[in-house]
Amino acid sequence: MTTRSAKRVSPVRDGVGSSPLRPDGVPKLRGEFEYAQDLTAENMLWGATSRSPHPHARILSVDIGPALAIGGVHAVLLADDVPGRALFGLEHPDQPVLASTKVNYWGEPIAIVAAEDEDTARRAADAVVVEYEVLEPDIDPEEADAQDDVFRRMKIRRGDPDAAGSVVVEGVYEVGMQDQAPLGTEAGLAVPDGHGGVDLHATSQFVHVDQEQVVASLGLRSDQVRAHPTGVGGAFGAREDVNLHIHLCLLALHTGQPVKMVYDRSESFTGHVHRHPARMWYRHEADDRGRLVKVEARVLLDGGAYASTTAAVLANACYFVVGPYNCDNVFVDGAGVRTNNPPCGAMRGFGAVQVCIAYEAQMDKLAEALDIDPLEIRRRNALHRGDPMPTTGQIIDTPLPVIDVIDSLAAMPIPDSAATLPGGSGLTTEKEHVRRGVGYALGLKNLGFSEGFDDYAQARVRITDDGAVVETAAIEVGQGLVTVMAQIARSALGISAAEVRHVDTSKIDSAGSTSASRQTQVSGGAVLEASQNLRDRILVHHGGDDLSDDGVLSEGEVIVPMAVLAAEGWSETVTFRHPPTFAPDPDGQGTLHADFAVAGHRAVVDVDTELGLLTVVRVDTAQDVGKALNPESIRGQIEGGILQGVGLAVMEEIITEDGVIRNPNFTDYLLPTILDAPDVEALLIEEDGSWGPFGAKGVGEPPTISSTSAVLAAVRQATGREIPRAPVRPEDIAL
Amino acid sequence: MSALIINFTLNGEPANARVLAPLSLLDVLRDQLELPGSKNACEQGECGSCSVMLDDELVCSCLVMAGDIEGSRVTTVEGMANGRVLNAVQQAMHEAGAVQCGFCTPGIVVAATDLFEANPKPTTDEIKEALAGNICRCTGYGAIIRAFEDLAGTT
Repeated sequence: MTTRSAKRVSPVRDGVGSSPLRPDGVPKLRGEFEYAQDLTAENMLWGATSRSPHPHARILSVDIGPALAIGGVHAVLLADDVPGRALFGLEHPDQPVLASTKVNYWGEPIAIVAAEDEDTARRAADAVVVEYEVLEPDIDPEEADAQDDVFRRMKIRRGDPDAAGSVVVEGVYEVGMQDQAPLGTEAGLAVPDGHGGVDLHATSQFVHVDQEQVVASLGLRSDQVRAHPTGVGGAFGAREDVNLHIHLCLLALHTGQPVKMVYDRSESFTGHVHRHPARMWYRHEADDRGRLVKVEARVLLDGGAYASTTAAVLANACYFVVGPYNCDNVFVDGAGVRTNNPPCGAMRGFGAVQVCIAYEAQMDKLAEALDIDPLEIRRRNALHRGDPMPTTGQIIDTPLPVIDVIDSLAAMPIPDSAATLPGGSGLTTEKEHVRRGVGYALGLKNLGFSEGFDDYAQARVRITDDGAVVETAAIEVGQGLVTVMAQIARSALGISAAEVRHVDTSKIDSAGSTSASRQTQVSGGAVLEASQNLRDRILVHHGGDDLSDDGVLSEGEVIVPMAVLAAEGWSETVTFRHPPTFAPDPDGQGTLHADFAVAGHRAVVDVDTELGLLTVVRVDTAQDVGKALNPESIRGQIEGGILQGVGLAVMEEIITEDGVIRNPNFTDYLLPTILDAPDVEALLIEEDGSWGPFGAKGVGEPPTISSTSAVLAAVRQATGREIPRAPVRPEDIAL
Repeated sequence: MSALIINFTLNGEPANARVLAPLSLLDVLRDQLELPGSKNACEQGECGSCSVMLDDELVCSCLVMAGDIEGSRVTTVEGMANGRVLNAVQQAMHEAGAVQCGFCTPGIVVAATDLFEANPKPTTDEIKEALAGNICRCTGYGAIIRAFEDLAGTT
């Protein structure tokens, strides 16, 4: 630890712990905020993508003549036009920038087009003639597993395989394919710089990794490609992988003109990866007081056609296979398999969401078998700080208030909510068929990147005439990072005037991905350290004892005005790393994770047991947040995350048939509306000790981990049925 | 096909658009009239992100044929504020933390402004009914409901 010269920090306006108004709120409310969809440039062309109508086929020939013959078409590019690396991929480059010999999923890109307007570009993309030899699609993940066609296998072996309990419960669980469905579709603009390089402004969660992939596939020097943060309409994992980024840059450099591309909603369903569908077999053994003796599980995730982040998602599913519970004997086999189904990858809570649906159902089965209250059985098994993780053996050395979460849920009153009848405006439900159910679930997840990944973020803090300016490439997707980074700078510097400015990849090092609940902790950590260092340097240099909006203070008097500090050009750049993690040993053991968070949910549902319709009346929660840097913003994450969990529980599922998505639109892929949103009461549990700024933990994913499971538990209680799958469908309840 | 020149009133000012193909009102607003505030998120009337007022009716501009708006009054999110001052609906959303990614926000501003003009003190059920055609993927709607409950209590 460095010694801080500051004797005190004056109270600041809108620092940590408060909930200041969003700096981007007014432009968003006025319709003036600039999203990637809204960008334009002089002489701009429009791009479009020609995609495979088959999930599995050999490409016999491609004729671009009919597309080029359309007036206004400037370029039609194929795989041979990719000058650099032919493949891309977030973890393993295995996906063709453009397919040339074979297509492996429905909607795989084959050709890209640039034309003078959007309509012409789309017509030209449709005019590309591809001759296929159609092949049988491999769509069965069990079959892929048997054929050993896998992206990754996981094995966890901890404890005694012969350990046995007095009570045994088993189950097979299934989770459907969920879509992130951010409201903004994929969009971007690439502008050639006139010297062989290109500037890319596109939807993203991680501009530095986009830039690296563009550099590789275009065969350029790194300094020739600049990726710029731009306005993003939601993400939830859908923007971790490259989609139109390389295509746009190829077209821009080929035509020498700016090129814009915007996916429509249907194309968006093929343009990003989805949440992995899962099949899970579980066997829990417990003693007669309900304490876990052994957990065995087999986890099968369908990764679809290409690797994306399947390896990381599978790892998470296996490491969190038990949930926030102690168990000394854990045996897991996991596989993330390759099929011709849509590629799957990151979505909020990745991996931890799928297994939570299974392990919480198992905990309820145990409670029922032993006639123990569902919260009591969880209390008896709760993990604590200092305990080993049941899967990896890692000693948990940051706060983990599992007991507080359980006690908080138990203490929260259930308001007498008179909900509208299930079935909505159809008014088909009769009151006598409605049964109310209450269900509980807890979820555990890692924060930040794991397994030895060098997870860092750079941020710069400068003093300007406008006050403090935080420069970063950390992507704001709507979660409020621009607000909280400024709050951290204010509190650490003692200056109220602070704002965040995004800069492109050439002006700052990586902030890492806006994912894994990591930016507040990691980029926030960089802002905190940069602000503290800058404050120290300024105070030492000028002999002051405090900073304020007026400048450097000494014993309450301004000795150097802010304008002088701005003119002196103070700047501090920090690269922050969280505590190191390590790769697992062959048994899946080791210190693999930097931090953890726990949340619990209690759902109340009304179920029409005759028609299979249901209303989620309320979902209450207690969540481990470390330190609430911005309580209102956290509440927004909690309510939004819960509703995505409710969506997975009761309505959201991509339906595929022989590898083809049958519902790639918002008419048939159902999303929760305001009428589907349950009331939410949220309790934030604060506890010192995490390495995040001011002890903060990431808060984005925990609301989505166990909210689904709680709703399913409530449906189970109302119906007496096993409900082994998400989403639960009317026929699962009524038939 | 010959182009059709459409004359209408846009955010209180006379406007015209040249309609050649079967364009939607949303296309014309975003691409010709440089008003990108109305958002295209589903293009089939499910999400409400492109909501505008057409005369006195709340519509999804993606479902309105541009050729049909001759002589109409169109008000978009860009016409909701009173100059640089946010209207009451916008201000309530700002203060309640009802904006996250903001992509649904323009449509919700238009729909809620329509609600409060017709009914300054809506009940919570009336607020939900009025916004049932606007999908928000970020907020879970909690802050949106609180914003308008607060506004209903103060108007």
